[in-house]
Amino acid sequence: MKTLSLSRRDVLKAGALVGGLVIAFLVPGARRFALAQPAAAKLPAPNAFLRIGTDDSITVLIAHSEMGQGIWTALPMLIAEELDADWSKFRVEHAPAAPVYAHTAFGMQMTGGSSSTWSEFERYRQVGALARTLLVSAAAKRFSVRPSACRTENGVVICGNQRARYGELAEAAAKLKAPASTTLRDPASWKVIGKPTRRLDTPEKITGRAQFGMDVQFDGLLTAVVARAPVFGGKVKSYDAAAARAVPGVRDVVQVPSGIAVIADHFWAAKQGRDALSIEWDHGTNAALDSGMLREEFRRLATTPGAVAATAGDASAALGSATKVLEAEYAVPYLAHAPMEPLNCTVKIGADQCEIWTGTQFQTMDQKVAAGITGLKSEQIEIHTMFLGGGFGRRATPTSDFVTEAVHVAKAAGKPVKTVWTREDDVRGGYYRPAYLHRLKVGIGADGPPTAWSHTVVGQSIIAGTPFEPMMVKNGVDATSVEGVADSPYVKDIRDHRIELHSPRTGIPVLWWRSVGHSYNAFVMESMIDELAAAAGRDPVEYRRKLLGRHPRHLGVLNLAAEKSGWGSPLPSGRARGIAVHESFGSFLAQVAEVSAEGGRIRVHRVVCAIDCGVAINPGGIAAQVESGIAFGLGAALYSRLEIRNGRPQQSNFHDYRVLRIDEMPVVEAHIVPSREKPGGVGEPGVPPIAPAVANAVFALTGQRLRELPLQLRA
Amino acid sequence: MKLVVNGTTSEIDAPADMPLLWVLRDLLHLTGTKFGCGIAQCGACTVHVDGAPRRSCVTPVGAVSGRKVTTIEGLSPSGDHPVQRAWAELDVVQCGYCQSGQIMSAAALLAANPAPSDADIDAVMSGNICRCGTYRRIRAAVHRAAKLSGAGGAT
Repeated sequence: MKTLSLSRRDVLKAGALVGGLVIAFLVPGARRFALAQPAAAKLPAPNAFLRIGTDDSITVLIAHSEMGQGIWTALPMLIAEELDADWSKFRVEHAPAAPVYAHTAFGMQMTGGSSSTWSEFERYRQVGALARTLLVSAAAKRFSVRPSACRTENGVVICGNQRARYGELAEAAAKLKAPASTTLRDPASWKVIGKPTRRLDTPEKITGRAQFGMDVQFDGLLTAVVARAPVFGGKVKSYDAAAARAVPGVRDVVQVPSGIAVIADHFWAAKQGRDALSIEWDHGTNAALDSGMLREEFRRLATTPGAVAATAGDASAALGSATKVLEAEYAVPYLAHAPMEPLNCTVKIGADQCEIWTGTQFQTMDQKVAAGITGLKSEQIEIHTMFLGGGFGRRATPTSDFVTEAVHVAKAAGKPVKTVWTREDDVRGGYYRPAYLHRLKVGIGADGPPTAWSHTVVGQSIIAGTPFEPMMVKNGVDATSVEGVADSPYVKDIRDHRIELHSPRTGIPVLWWRSVGHSYNAFVMESMIDELAAAAGRDPVEYRRKLLGRHPRHLGVLNLAAEKSGWGSPLPSGRARGIAVHESFGSFLAQVAEVSAEGGRIRVHRVVCAIDCGVAINPGGIAAQVESGIAFGLGAALYSRLEIRNGRPQQSNFHDYRVLRIDEMPVVEAHIVPSREKPGGVGEPGVPPIAPAVANAVFALTGQRLRELPLQLRA
Repeated sequence: MKLVVNGTTSEIDAPADMPLLWVLRDLLHLTGTKFGCGIAQCGACTVHVDGAPRRSCVTPVGAVSGRKVTTIEGLSPSGDHPVQRAWAELDVVQCGYCQSGQIMSAAALLAANPAPSDADIDAVMSGNICRCGTYRRIRAAVHRAAKLSGAGGAT
């Protein structure tokens, strides 16, 4: 059993909410990010993690945003593990924005980095344990026995033949002093953790009742559609809104820093009004931007010295003495996130409060920007986190771009406004996964393994220029640009290696995109390892086994995926397998893809994935995230690309920005490695291995080594 | 104009070329039907018009005046249409934003073809995008819903 001490002031007894027990506390010693807000001295009653109602209802408030990844279920499971309550009574709400909900590791309220589960693994179990202790104490008083004489079972405290339901005890429990310490269950006795559990948000999501930001409606709410500069960084020079104002339903046209907002009774009128605007733009300095030319520039940079991200020994000398040197260039395009729910944000500004309804991954940032615009204090910005119709990083911008704009619109309108983006606004709106180009020279010795690794990475930093720069950019190296390369297990084990980075600035807004740097670095690393295996005449699995001998968790998933996929066994003609193994966000995955190429088109039939994510909280949710990551990554591996010409994004909607569809979805088998290691992330790690697994299978099938995403067979 | 949605007739004050999607969402406050692309590329806005699937984002409301429109809210009185039951059983949803459209497409598919093959499912459901990639479970759930319907569930 693990004992945790809770100092008195850590336990913020919120007191009795109307007829029930409310539990909230701060985890002591949480590492704070630069953006941390001061800890709250006392919380208002609703600011809590758990409410137990006199009707036995159990309401869990989640400090993170549900965007599909399943924390609406996983975090309540952590409470349930300790609380011993009736699972059918659990209800979930998004927590409001308040300092008590700050990320336990990052110090601001946010959802990202595949961190929700591991960062709440202690806190949410503590909440459950604390509540159970208080309920047992209340029951013991009622039964006139010692607490140790009581046990709990499915929402009932029992002592001999005396029983009391949690709901009956909630009010009394709320009046008790919180214990100074509480104990967590021994993993050997876990009943909830590790059990495949169905999602708690299904009923509202299959009936249309789920409330996304887009669905916010109330009396007096108007809708805005904004005309933004066609070129990034452009500004309005002049505009004529006469035709827009003439559209029936249009109420107002206002200028905001990002463009011209047409405000109307409903979306359709606002959109028609927006289309009727006549705007003269000052395109600024980015009107000649061209993603093809940028690639040429990246290619040139790749031959020049960059910032050193990792180095050991003397890579160039070792290359000189290698038996064979392989040189390769890899490239990936800009990508839009394209979540199914276009961006939107509803804002209502009052004299001493500003209410915001939106699907956001970055509540603390949103509060800060809204405070800055309205002149209110952060704590006067009330954020109603709605379900997110997908996030993938797009709803976590360091500038809170879509919230910033919506607050400006509501302020200029002087009325509550929901600002809605169209799909075209979304795809053309920037904040892309940056394009990257890699140049590698790898030497191999007579017996096959790499003896020298020289690698230059070129691409925009997603962190430079943001408030995160001081923490995440060191000596000119944005850690996210080289994650999975500079810390690669292969590279670390090569005596002579050198990884350099160029982070050119362009006018294109860039952002983390599901799995961040791993989304492209795994493609490069795992394709290159495959090239080395081929050059050495070795089987790709056997070659990796040899290289990963000192990395047991990599090796574990590699072997499991190989075994479950039937690696080495015959396939029908016209099919081949490829493998990739990659660690990201604290989890280790290997994927084997089975592909064919029909009429020049790559088809992926089956993907076998082994995942070691430490303690598996909800195996059902983990399997779903593996499927999800593979689908998301496969769409990008085969189809998606965002090109820029004359400063203008060339794609605009799902007809030209292709993503995966159901007829292109392979069979996916997820195999979870049993583990007692610290939980790792699962929302993102499914993405990185799929592109190289497919590329490596294409090589095995056709002999073509495709070094650019999206993958396209040569004729 | 008169619009019949989920069995209720409403008098709508809207231009005839206003897409049905925005009439449903912004005038009738039926927000279960979703906006995803606006050009019939993603299927999030799928509803039934006289039982057949339609992309409401490109359907002018004038074209469906007097016809029977069914949205996710009206698919079944208590959310227990076989497709919804199958969706719950197989834990299909993730972010959930596309699922109203997926369910409406699947329900229309099963009404026309009670025992679809994988190829039949792909042919119809490839019009519905899911960025969370719930496709495998959607395919399995359509098969499951076919079974549930065959076993005497509501249609």
